[in-house]
Amino acid sequence: MPPPDPDPALGRMQRKRLSRRSFLATASTGAAGAAIAGTAAAGTLADVPERLPGAPVGARSARSPHVDLGRIPEATPGRRNLAPEDAINSKTPLHKLVGVVTPSDLHYERSHSGVPDLDPAQHRLLVHGMTKKSLVFTMDELWAMPSVSRIAFLECSGNGWENWKAADETLTVQHTHGLISTHEWTGVPLSVLIDLVGKERGSTWMLAEGGDATGLARSIPLTDEIMNETIVAYAQNGEPLRPAHGYPVRLLIPGWEGNLSIKWLRRLKFGDAPFMTRWETARYTSLMANGKAKQFQLRQEINSVITAPSGMMEIRPGYNRITGLAWSGHGSIVRVEVSTDGGRTWADATLNRPVLPKAQARFHLDWRWDGKPTKIVSRSTDDKGHVQPDRKTVIGEMGTNALFHYNAQQTWSIDDAGRVRNVLS
Amino acid sequence: MSCRNPLLAVASAAIAAVALAGAAGASALEFGRPASPDEIALWDIDISPDGRGLPKGSGTVARGKAVYAEQCAACHGTDGTGGLKDRLVGGQGTLASDKPVKTVGSYWPYATTLFDYVRRAMPYQAPGTLGVDDTYAVSAYILSLNGIVAGDATLDQASLPRVVMPNRDGFVPEPEFRTITNSR
Repeated sequence: MPPPDPDPALGRMQRKRLSRRSFLATASTGAAGAAIAGTAAAGTLADVPERLPGAPVGARSARSPHVDLGRIPEATPGRRNLAPEDAINSKTPLHKLVGVVTPSDLHYERSHSGVPDLDPAQHRLLVHGMTKKSLVFTMDELWAMPSVSRIAFLECSGNGWENWKAADETLTVQHTHGLISTHEWTGVPLSVLIDLVGKERGSTWMLAEGGDATGLARSIPLTDEIMNETIVAYAQNGEPLRPAHGYPVRLLIPGWEGNLSIKWLRRLKFGDAPFMTRWETARYTSLMANGKAKQFQLRQEINSVITAPSGMMEIRPGYNRITGLAWSGHGSIVRVEVSTDGGRTWADATLNRPVLPKAQARFHLDWRWDGKPTKIVSRSTDDKGHVQPDRKTVIGEMGTNALFHYNAQQTWSIDDAGRVRNVLS
Repeated sequence: MSCRNPLLAVASAAIAAVALAGAAGASALEFGRPASPDEIALWDIDISPDGRGLPKGSGTVARGKAVYAEQCAACHGTDGTGGLKDRLVGGQGTLASDKPVKTVGSYWPYATTLFDYVRRAMPYQAPGTLGVDDTYAVSAYILSLNGIVAGDATLDQASLPRVVMPNRDGFVPEPEFRTITNSR
């Protein structure tokens, strides 16, 4: 990716030419090369491919055959390269993407019993419980109702779980942090449905249930924040939801653990206590060192990760652009600091604007690597004053059995050959 | 900008109508049809820890053993251990160790959750096919394998919520959600 340090004895023009050529020659390594092949073949301008009329204008556009983008289906920590039926989630290739909006087909996926094929004409949403009215809504009605769109991240509470106990050096950032994505979501504000059914004042929890085989169900606390921000969503990035993401309708609760945003939503029931489903007792609870488990640890905490240079990349001495993503379920990212000396000193990274609340933020930092082994780390701060903790703090509070909600600062080590590797700190 | 194009005029009127509806509040909207109690009952399958939602019926450990052998053992092992999927039995006393074993017996806080989950999600290939009595029975059998109910126990609407799970007090809710207050 970066050119080698030019000889200071060369003239400026020579140096420029050399840099340009070195850049072209080495552009297929590193972050860009990961997604785009073949750049190194373009040498002199005399080599021009013949220009001929291209493929006809079509109904849809596909990716270039030169671009290789895909998710990775995996299971619990350390369980990779699985038969498709053994995978439980599929991770977004963060190191091959730029900006903050995830392409629809690359949004991470967690499905608990496969992806159902639901007919929107037969799918209905029942809203009942502690309400003045029990109502059934069709998908046509939901599309006709008042609507809202919002760019927000969605993150699996298991994101980061590979690193609780040890750091596998062969992991990329897709393995360590690929269970987060950012989309524009569109649908009916939950508050509109709450008004339509007439929620009773005493209702403080809501059960949301999916129409998938497992009937995934979670209890959702009805705080003002959740009631004001939750979307009964039918579209992602401008198009109807894709089946893997909940077609024809799902819940979308910005900033809260992904499994609360029930896909294939078929039922909302208002109550006055948590319903204690399997997923909020046996599953999405975090075991602490003393054997007790945190329950209803629902908010996705402040987090960040450097996506380039990151795990399994190789860099060269000289200019390297450090870039990455930061996010917080509490609100907006206001600051990302990057350390290129293992956490001893920190520099402020630049944030792409606008930075949106409960969406991923993209950061950049110019860096010249001197070729000596080092470690690079990022840490984020949000507008509520939360600062991303280091690993020692996270482990000190939770131990190493929690499985969920690992948001410690991610460290990448770089050896003298420029090899970037996942390490604990 | 003028609006001579009739299509645009219609579109503007539609947008204005939505805006008005929004301004008038959702209560002025007419969406959704009433659901009758009978049809709600078909979908209203969740079971609360106090037993709310449990259907009439009952099942014995003995019957559950037969149901388990036929419907569950292939994935969960003959006695709830050693299967390809989640282990259901044992693990008590391991939660604070370096290798915690989370099972129905060691981890689940409520027996009602077991009934709810088996009825809604199991068996994996054909969820919802067990029937109420067999769901009580297989729940009783899994609890008996864990030493939580006796080998001759029968479970029903009244007795299931009274089962005290070993890890009942093993959970610490986040302070933010212990008492919910809201303004609507």
